[in-house]
Amino acid sequence: MPVLQDIVVAIRSDGDIVAARQQGRSLAAAIGFTATDATLIATAISELARNIVLYAGQGEVMIRSVEISHRKGIVISASDKGPGIRNIDDVLRDGYSTSGGLGLGLPGVKRLMDEFAIESELRQGTMVTVKMWLK
Amino acid sequence: MEVPILKQGRFLIATIQAALSDADLLHLRRALIDKVIHFRSNGVIIDVTALDVMDSFATRTLRDITNMIRLRGAGTVIVGIQPEVAFAMVQLGLTMEGVATALDLEEGLAHLQQRATGKI
Amino acid sequence: MSSNKRSINQEQRTAAQSTELLQELVAHLRQNRTQLREEWANRITEARLLTAMTKEELFAEATSVYDNYVEALATGTFEALQSYARNLSERIIPRGVETHEVVGIVLLLRDVLARSLFAKYQGDFTMLNRILDAYEPAANRIANTVAVGFVQERERVIRQQQEAIRELSTPVLQVRERLLILPIIGVIDPQRARQLTEQLLRGIRTNRAKVVVIDITGVAAMDATVANHLVQTVEASRLLGATVIVTGLSPEIAQTIVTIGVDLGKMNTVGDLQGGIEQAERLLGYKVVPVADNTSS
Repeated sequence: MPVLQDIVVAIRSDGDIVAARQQGRSLAAAIGFTATDATLIATAISELARNIVLYAGQGEVMIRSVEISHRKGIVISASDKGPGIRNIDDVLRDGYSTSGGLGLGLPGVKRLMDEFAIESELRQGTMVTVKMWLK
Repeated sequence: MEVPILKQGRFLIATIQAALSDADLLHLRRALIDKVIHFRSNGVIIDVTALDVMDSFATRTLRDITNMIRLRGAGTVIVGIQPEVAFAMVQLGLTMEGVATALDLEEGLAHLQQRATGKI
Repeated sequence: MSSNKRSINQEQRTAAQSTELLQELVAHLRQNRTQLREEWANRITEARLLTAMTKEELFAEATSVYDNYVEALATGTFEALQSYARNLSERIIPRGVETHEVVGIVLLLRDVLARSLFAKYQGDFTMLNRILDAYEPAANRIANTVAVGFVQERERVIRQQQEAIRELSTPVLQVRERLLILPIIGVIDPQRARQLTEQLLRGIRTNRAKVVVIDITGVAAMDATVANHLVQTVEASRLLGATVIVTGLSPEIAQTIVTIGVDLGKMNTVGDLQGGIEQAERLLGYKVVPVADNTSS
C-alpha cells in the first residue's frame, strides 16, 4: 500500500485545524500506529495548528512518514512566520498548560509525542517539530 | 455544522459529531444556553462519543458551557469520552476539573436525575 | 537524478538495448521454465531451506515465485511482485519460515538463472556480458523487493504478537457488575504502564464499570514516570465516569507520588485490596439506590 510521504496543510482558520488532524490521523493509521497513538498524534497536531491560528494568524503543518534504520515513524512540523516566542524556556515550563488559561500548551504536546523540538525567532516565526515512532 | 440538541423531559441532549470546528463549538455554546433558558431545563448532556480528538479548545469550551449553564441552576454532564481520547487528554494535561463526566447517555441521565432530586 | 546532455543519448541507447536484452532473457526463462524451476527446487532442498514446507507446497510456491520473478523481469515493474511478496509472507510466516530462508531461496533462483544464461551464451562472450549487464540490476531489485516485503510483514506480525502477549499478561478483572479490579504485580516500566492504562480504559468502557480498584500491593517500587502514569490513569478513568480506588500503596510509593507533586489526599486510597473492594461495593450500593422511576440501572 503506497504511503503518502509528505502532506502539507495550510493553516489559515480554525476549520483547517480539523483538516490537519484528520490528515495526520489517516497517515498515522497508514503507517501502522495504534488507535491510541493515532489519537495522540491527531491531538498534538490539533494543538500545534491551533497555536498557529491563535498567535500567527496563518502558517502550515507538514506531516511526513519516515523510516530511519528500519524504524518507522511520523514527523509533524508546524511552522509560521508570526511574532515568534520571546522566551522559549517560559513556554516549555510545566505550569504553562492549556487546561484553563492562555498558553501554548507546549509541555503537554511534548508529553504526547516521543520527540519534540522548537525553534523561534522574534518577528521571524516559529517552528515546532514533533515525532512519534512505531513501537 | 449544526449540533443536534434534543429535549428529553427537563433535560437537553446535544450529540456532537466528529470533525467539529471551533466555530461549531462556539455556536453550540450559544445554542445550549438559549435552549436551557427557553425550556427552563434542569440539565444538559453533551455526548462526545463521536469526537475523535479533544484538545484544549474543546475542553475550555465545554467547561465554559458547564459554568454558564450552572448559572441557570442546571447541571451539565459530558458523556462518551473515548478511551483513546481520555488517554490523550490526560497526557496533554486536560483533566476537566469541575466538569461532571459519565460513561454514556444512560449514566449521564442517571447523574442528572440524582442531581435533580438532591441525592448528590 | 540529473545527467548532463552529453550522456543522455547514451543512457537512452543503453536503456533500449537493455530492454531488448531483457526480453530475450525473459523468452529464454519462459522456454526453459520447467527444468529451471526443478533445478531451483532441488537447490532449495539441498540447502535445507523451507524445511517447514512439504514437497508439494514447495513446488507450488516455487512455481509462483518463478513466474512472478520472470514477470517482473519482463515488465520492469515491481508492484505486482511487491503484493505477491506480501501475500507469500502472510502465508509462510505462520509456518515458521525465517528471513534467511526467504532471502536464500531468492538468491538461489537468481543463481540458477544466471548459470543458465552462462550455459546458453558461453559461446558468445560479448553477448553474455551484455545479457548479464541487463539481468544483474533487475535481479538485484527483485531480490530486494521480496526480502523487504517479507521483513516488513514479519515485523508487523511480531508487533501484533507482542501486543497480544502484553494483553494476556495484564488482566483487567470484572468481579462484580460495574466493578473492575486491576491487580498489578512486579516491575512496571513506562511502556507496560501505558499499556495497562489503555487496557483499563477499554475495560471500563466495555464493562461499563463505575468503580475500579487498582491494587499495587505486588509492586515493589515505582519511579516518578510510572507514578505519573498511575495518576493519569486515575484521571482518565474519571473522564470515563469511573471512580478509582488505589489499594496496597506502600509508604515508599506514597512518597514517590507526593514527590511528583500529587496531592495524595485527592486520590482515593485504601490500605488493602479487601478494604478497597468493600469501599467499592459501598460506592456502588449507594449509587444503585433508585432515585426515580425512570432510572433504568
